[in-house]
Amino acid sequence: MKVLDYIKENITYLDGAMGTLLQARGLKPGEATETWNLSHKEDIIDVHKSYFESGTNIVTTNTFGVNCLKYDGETLKNLINSAIDNANEAKKISGGKREKFIAFDIGPTGRMLKPYGDLDFEDAVEVFAKNVRIATKKDIDLFVIETMNDSLETKAAVLAVKENSDLPVFVYNAYGEDEKLMTGATPEVMVSMLEGLGADVIGVNCSLGPKQLKGVVERILKCSSTPVAFKPNAGLPEDKDGKTVFNVLPEEFSDVLLTCAKEGVGLLGGCCGTTPEYIKAVVKKTENIKPKEIISKNLTVVSSYMNTAYFGDIPLLIGERINPTGKKKLKLALMENDMGYILNEGINEQEKGCHILDVNVGIPDIDEEKKLFETVTALQEVCSLPLQIDTSNAIAMEKALRVYNGKAMINSVNGKKEVMEQIFPIAKKYGGVIVALTLDENGIPKKAEDRYKIAEKIVKEAKKYGISKNDLVFDTLAMTVSTDQNSANETIKALKMIKENLGCHTSLGVSNISFGLPKRDFVNGIFFTLALENGLSAAIMNPNSDEMMKAYKTFLLLKGKDENCLNYIDFANSAIEIMTAEKPIKTAEKSENITLSYAIIKGLKDDAKRITKMRLANENALKIVNDDIIPALDNVGKDFEEKKVYLPQLLMSAEAAKFAFEEIKATVKSGESTKCTVVLATVKGDIHDIGKNIVKLLLQNYGFRVIDLGKDVAPEAILNAVIKEKAPVLGLSALMTTTVPAMEETIKLIHEKAPFCKTVVGGAVLNPEYAEKIGADKYAKDAMETVRYAEQFN
Amino acid sequence: MTVKTKDFAEVLKDIPVDIDEASRYCGAKNDQNTKNIISSCLDEAKSALSYKVCYAVFDIHIENDTVIFPFCELKSKDLSKNLAGLDTCVIFAATVGLEIDRLIKKYAAVSPAKSVVLGAIGAERIEKLCDVFADAIKSDFGETRPRFSPGYGDLPLSFQREIFKVLQMNKNIGISLGENLLMTPSKSVTAIIGVKK
Repeated sequence: MKVLDYIKENITYLDGAMGTLLQARGLKPGEATETWNLSHKEDIIDVHKSYFESGTNIVTTNTFGVNCLKYDGETLKNLINSAIDNANEAKKISGGKREKFIAFDIGPTGRMLKPYGDLDFEDAVEVFAKNVRIATKKDIDLFVIETMNDSLETKAAVLAVKENSDLPVFVYNAYGEDEKLMTGATPEVMVSMLEGLGADVIGVNCSLGPKQLKGVVERILKCSSTPVAFKPNAGLPEDKDGKTVFNVLPEEFSDVLLTCAKEGVGLLGGCCGTTPEYIKAVVKKTENIKPKEIISKNLTVVSSYMNTAYFGDIPLLIGERINPTGKKKLKLALMENDMGYILNEGINEQEKGCHILDVNVGIPDIDEEKKLFETVTALQEVCSLPLQIDTSNAIAMEKALRVYNGKAMINSVNGKKEVMEQIFPIAKKYGGVIVALTLDENGIPKKAEDRYKIAEKIVKEAKKYGISKNDLVFDTLAMTVSTDQNSANETIKALKMIKENLGCHTSLGVSNISFGLPKRDFVNGIFFTLALENGLSAAIMNPNSDEMMKAYKTFLLLKGKDENCLNYIDFANSAIEIMTAEKPIKTAEKSENITLSYAIIKGLKDDAKRITKMRLANENALKIVNDDIIPALDNVGKDFEEKKVYLPQLLMSAEAAKFAFEEIKATVKSGESTKCTVVLATVKGDIHDIGKNIVKLLLQNYGFRVIDLGKDVAPEAILNAVIKEKAPVLGLSALMTTTVPAMEETIKLIHEKAPFCKTVVGGAVLNPEYAEKIGADKYAKDAMETVRYAEQFN
Repeated sequence: MTVKTKDFAEVLKDIPVDIDEASRYCGAKNDQNTKNIISSCLDEAKSALSYKVCYAVFDIHIENDTVIFPFCELKSKDLSKNLAGLDTCVIFAATVGLEIDRLIKKYAAVSPAKSVVLGAIGAERIEKLCDVFADAIKSDFGETRPRFSPGYGDLPLSFQREIFKVLQMNKNIGISLGENLLMTPSKSVTAIIGVKK
């Protein structure tokens, strides 16, 4: 019998701890349990056997800590093969009349994935894949991925299994007392992500006792349409006469698991501290229970690494600010590699109340595959909202979805055969909620009924790929009323039909409705209201638009979806604040009397922006820069050098100056930087870029054109940029001693191939002597010194 | 040997951030401006902080500048000196969690000044957590020695690998160790405390 068939019909028993039993047999602290696969075969077989005989159906191989980061190729193979052999041997010689299966066990690497740690996502996939490829040649029934406390690493492991084996995969995560993974994911996040990836069982193991984890299990049961497993610890470890004992005994343990089984948990076992006694107790109490039938919860949900967004009761706002269409500043930021600008847009959209962010980086002459990947990676580092990946380039889509930490929204498919053939397999593999546009080879039908027909076709086609209609959200295409005054009616009619007859959620790019008309916001706001009233589930919109936000907040208020009107009141109050912000009531300083240079010196961002804007009305931009901004920055810079002000204050001033510059930039054509180009990078292997970002901010303030290559940049890439930009100055930073050789290598390469460029270095591990030793032209102790140095090259 | 995990959130919640100390971590001595920026970031920092420690007690034995742990032998003059005359030590790992790193990252894009300040607050908090833990050990054992971390004196940073394994830091409190021996979350500390049983 296949394991997936078995679990449908029976409460299925998993095993308990391995390490705990081996310690009793003499495993030393710090000694790797997996080494016993070869050195203590009999013990391992005996442990597996005792589990089988206590009623366990699925025994996991002793391979939790086996990976190629710890063991070389030959050892890896031997450890894996012997582990599987041992389990099979136990299966053969053990008594008991239950069905027996062997799961190949995969544990975490112990390393943190980028961007927080140093392990590349693809490298992580490969670490797991190596094990899977060896294991899949042997006699096993399934894979178990367990004790994972990071969502992204979990994803890497699932992909590794799916890409190298057709066997089922069960995934158990380790949650803390806060009911989250160490890196922030909630049970709902994990369910959405794992169901998207096609896990066959979703579960909870390790970290705590059954009582503390019961809450997590219940949350999973609520949202999971997949069988659920529970393998808690035997409580917490305690020291008793020099030995580790756990504080929850089999009786209490099995009581909690019995309750869980009644609530719908179909797979039961234990983790640290549990023994065959625990499993026996669980079997005894639960063996007469019939597993609950798994029914689909019919949820449409996307997630980030820590938040979920459910389609349903409350319509969702999808921020459209990270889409370059019609946005000059964003285009420029994309061209100049200014990730900071993009991140700011995203963070701002989150603060404005968006639930999901659309991410589109498509501009001409851009490497979209690379750019989209980088943008998604950078955004999910600082912004906790789910992302909607928006591209017509299927390769770019796949690359971004692959590294996406959660279940993304996919924008988009449509009724064209070719597009569905491209996107559905990717969506099936990585999971995601797909935006489906009701158009096809023949264009956008005029009539709502015809758009509905396309929707039906898409649902049918998606089903062939195993994609449920829960994962489809239909966009019935808002078309401007300026050319067809009936278009809003048809769009809304189609929307309603899809919602009512197909039972699917809907989304609209609302603002298209007003294209070509004056005061577009007026039209957009009302159209949005109409669509909401007709059941719109989500809107792609600009959260900075007052009319749109008014429509949204008021709609929720009037529909009884705003308890005690709190959201509306909050919104109304902040709207009043915005409307009166021009008046000097916000700061303690008498705003009307302060000067631009005062605002910069004191780090008053809003004032710096306001005054600059005001003065630009009748003054020359360059004059403001030279007479006010630069002298003010110099003033703070000098004080910093003389230790009269310190880094945070210097940065506050720099930020205020940046706000002033942004106003100025809006009036000056791009490419009018008054000073030379400086290329900046954090060297290969180094992922710390805060210092480099500070240098960048100050250089930009002083009018330098900065090409920021980011962090962990290879020497060749730096050289290419220096040559392409003919940059007279290159700034390099390194925080770790281990990456100084990479810095040295980069400098050597630059001096050899681009002798016109001077190198200035900085970072925690460097000093003047060290800098000289590695051949740098200049050591800068802080950001100001870099500015001073760069000024020589104008 | 039993590795225990403790959550100190309740204790640390009641110990306010030492603003002077955080200001020093920003490189500023007695600067009111810096302190003001720190104060303005406190609420946001607090919501991002967690306080976790895992630790275990080990029998040790010292011979020829070498500390003999049950799981490895380590030559270090400085550590031997620190632990001289003792036969027990506590090894611990502490972290204030990944969320503060995320916040530091976020503000690197939005406001570098706040980013720097949040880094300093994180540094103050992890030190405070270590102090609180060391005090708890002191009240359990009586006499303790100053805590000693890999990288101090001649105690090699590579000892992190041994600590990582024996405390199962990743599983217990979510600290992982990079190839370069740096820990994630960045505001994490490992150390040895000599104790008299």
